[in-house]
Amino acid sequence: MATVIEVDCSTGISTEREMTPDEIAAQEKMAADMAAQQAEQEAQAKAKADAKASAAVKLAALGLTADEVAALTA
Amino acid sequence: MSVFLQPIYTQTVGSGGAASITFNSIPQTFTDLFLKVSARDTGAGTQSDFQLRFNGTGAGVTTYSDTVLYGSGSSAVSSRHSGTSVIYISGVPGSSATANTFGNAEVYIPNYTSSNYKQVVIDSLGENNATTSYLFIDAGLWRDTSSISSITVVAGVTAIAQYSTFSLYGITKG
Repeated sequence: MATVIEVDCSTGISTEREMTPDEIAAQEKMAADMAAQQAEQEAQAKAKADAKASAAVKLAALGLTADEVAALTA
Repeated sequence: MSVFLQPIYTQTVGSGGAASITFNSIPQTFTDLFLKVSARDTGAGTQSDFQLRFNGTGAGVTTYSDTVLYGSGSSAVSSRHSGTSVIYISGVPGSSATANTFGNAEVYIPNYTSSNYKQVVIDSLGENNATTSYLFIDAGLWRDTSSISSITVVAGVTAIAQYSTFSLYGITKG
């Protein structure tokens, strides 16, 4: 079981103890929240990359050169 | 104006890791607080997010929010989180990141004793010694008028890895 570290800044004393059941439950919930946030970030990044690639294809179809497409989508 | 940076405490995580680190009884005599982090998470994945909380607030609160801008060198994305129970310190390397690499973060908390809501500025990056590594800039807010007397950093997935360090400084502006 993971431990928690607590520092008392007024005394400079650091202590390490086992997690309580409440702390374990809170950490599990936060980990789930974080996973959801990370998935959202990755989905946003992928959507943007996909849109960029799609735009590049459409610009090329309109007759723009590769350099021109790169300048617009960089 | 003179600015003084005074070390308050540096905590290094020992063998076995730690689920969280809390700095309690923070002196109320400084103007700002500065937390310097060098860390790695033991959980799966190349990247994890630590969670930052103040004054012992738990998972049930909704008083935190943040706006994040992050990029990998090829693209940049922004995201917004409101009504959350934490502010994220993003980009911490996970167990799938290159071995022996530690991410860096700097957390700046101005006017931590004021009776206004607390602003937090975080810049962080997940060193991975590989082609893709993310840089994050985070503008956070804790909607609470209490003075900050305690800071907790919670591991993102499993535990904060051994040899991670957390150095808390007090900044006095005179």
